[in-house]
Amino acid sequence: MENKDVRDGLCESLPDATGCEKGDEGPGVLDRRDLISHLLKLGAGGLATYLGAHALLNATSAIAKAGQQHSAHAKQKYRYGMVIDTKRCVGCRACVLACKAENKTPPGVYYTVVFDQILENRPYDKPTYMTKPCFHCEFPPCVDVCPVSATYKREQDGIVVVDYDRCIGCRYCMTACPYSARWFDFGENYPAVEEHTPYAQIPSQEYNQFRKREPDQSPIGNVRKCMLCMHLQDKEGKYDRKSGRWPACAKTCTGKAIHFGDFMDPDSEVSTLLKERQYIRLKEELGTSPNVYYLI
Amino acid sequence: MSVSEWLGNDGTIRKLKVTFWAVGFVLFGVGLAGWYLRLSTGHLDANYGSIVTWGLWVASYIYFIGLSAGSFLVSSLVFVFNIKKYEKIGRLAIFTALVTLIMALFSIWVDLGHMGRSWHVMMYPNFKSPMAWMIYLYSLYMLLLFAETYFLLRHDLVVGSRAATLKGRVYRWLSLGSKDDGEAAALRDRKIVRVLATIGVPLAIMFHGGVGALFGVVAARPHWHSGLFPILFLLSALVSGGALLTVIASVFQDGWTRHRDVVVSLGELVLGLLVLDVIFQISEFLVTYRGGIPGHMAGMDMVVSGPYAWVFWVWQVVLGTIIPIALLALPTRKNTHYVALAGVLIAAGIFGLRLNIVIPGLAVEELHGLTWAIVSPRVNPSYFPSATEWLLTLSLIGFGMLLFGWGEHFLPHFKKETGEEA
Repeated sequence: MENKDVRDGLCESLPDATGCEKGDEGPGVLDRRDLISHLLKLGAGGLATYLGAHALLNATSAIAKAGQQHSAHAKQKYRYGMVIDTKRCVGCRACVLACKAENKTPPGVYYTVVFDQILENRPYDKPTYMTKPCFHCEFPPCVDVCPVSATYKREQDGIVVVDYDRCIGCRYCMTACPYSARWFDFGENYPAVEEHTPYAQIPSQEYNQFRKREPDQSPIGNVRKCMLCMHLQDKEGKYDRKSGRWPACAKTCTGKAIHFGDFMDPDSEVSTLLKERQYIRLKEELGTSPNVYYLI
Repeated sequence: MSVSEWLGNDGTIRKLKVTFWAVGFVLFGVGLAGWYLRLSTGHLDANYGSIVTWGLWVASYIYFIGLSAGSFLVSSLVFVFNIKKYEKIGRLAIFTALVTLIMALFSIWVDLGHMGRSWHVMMYPNFKSPMAWMIYLYSLYMLLLFAETYFLLRHDLVVGSRAATLKGRVYRWLSLGSKDDGEAAALRDRKIVRVLATIGVPLAIMFHGGVGALFGVVAARPHWHSGLFPILFLLSALVSGGALLTVIASVFQDGWTRHRDVVVSLGELVLGLLVLDVIFQISEFLVTYRGGIPGHMAGMDMVVSGPYAWVFWVWQVVLGTIIPIALLALPTRKNTHYVALAGVLIAAGIFGLRLNIVIPGLAVEELHGLTWAIVSPRVNPSYFPSATEWLLTLSLIGFGMLLFGWGEHFLPHFKKETGEEA
């Protein structure tokens, strides 16, 4: 009942939302029923079923299509992501620390990590470095497996977030993420928090929820991940580099390897870089379509 | 006195039952420490991390729930397909399914980050998630099991409730106010049981196939991502459930004395299922290795040559497969003691299989170098369960044994049915 009420409420506020059209089919359904009974009398029930199913299928696919376009164009204002220049990365790990300072993540939770690898047969060359945040995939497999819809992709800007109060901590999303971008908060603490220093009293800005770290309280027992420092967005959902409202890792990158921006804006730095340079995305074959590109 | 004679007499069975109770109490009692640690320190004492993010508790969960689905499906031979041979184990199979399901639910409950939010799975289901499907299906399955158990026992509960003893009072409570002990009502009960059991078959296949699908759909983990997975889960469930019932029938249903034929015939059934299961597993190995994709082979490599290869070779292959197949195929198949031994080995072996599904699937790095990029015990590809994890699991096993023992001892006699109808 509650759900229905909520949906009705939604339909009032968003008359053109998907699923709200169903109610409008009222008279149409009645007509069809009459038609079917007539046809049945004529002994053409089979034909009617076929026609009915066909019409229904067409209608559903049309609704689904409309829904897709709807979410792709009308609601989404930004498509935030990153372009990471592997040639400029020096492996300093400033991004890892900046992220930790910004989001106050505990030990064992790393919204971004830096890989380093010595190239095969080229032991004296500069190793390859690669920083890896969450990729905020267009088709995030983690979202689809969450049994309680606690993790979802935000419609307005494509950021994949976790609702700490909804999440039950089953960790299915962690198994489903092909990029190991999710971390479970076991409740461990750095000494500064463990020893109740003044630092421990400062709440985390994450999601603008300003949570203090308390035993057994979320986000302990939750799955955590990079959310592109969403708390730095303004009311319209925009970031501003000049005033410092910019994801911590990109802001701090010493080699200027991490470029952050909006792929919906064709003139943004990230869009331009993709036009000019060769790039790859990791594990394209899985169909996740990541929003983090690596320049090579 | 030969070993067979010694094992065959009633005194031995009594000793086995005493041992069963003793082991149950000890495991449950010792394991309470695990519960205490889990509830007081949360996940701090657990050894899984952000790489191997599911550990012993998830493996136990799929094992227990497999035992449940398997026992239930074997019980359907009696209540749906009306195979007289297995009639004697019908009630115990249903009760076993119920007990192992409860064990499974506890096992997965303690694995949650927020145990207090388990109701979220009912309130906010996401039906794109196989896990949500699984939860709804096993909830239905649990209701069905309770109903089926009730209608199986109702008549005897009503009869038993007339006694003025404590047992009588509990029976009255368990019979939910039903007072009709007539033939007509008993006949109605049997019909209801048949309908419930029939509905239960597709339900059990769906929910346990769903557990397999939960792993199978995870494209990020090549070790799991296989169309065979739901079917493998079902087969392993049938094998482990059948094997457990062989043991139960031996100890609790006079399987070594009056009802040898039940145990022998269960042994045949389990052998057939086990061989089928092995064929499916071999197929998985062959296709993966001949396919030769490194990412796909990595999980298998971990199974056959990783740090815990002994789980596969010793536990799963030798103890859980080769020896029991030999026991069940050679002339020893006629000897109920060897059949029961094979049952114990198979039921234990499938636990190795469950561990080898969950852990290697996760221990393979998704991106090469991740576990070197971060130095943290939570970012570690090797996993061995902690004391808390072991203790809590043992406690659940003890709890299951006690619950089963209590039911077997206290509920309207499972044995009476066999005694009268045999």
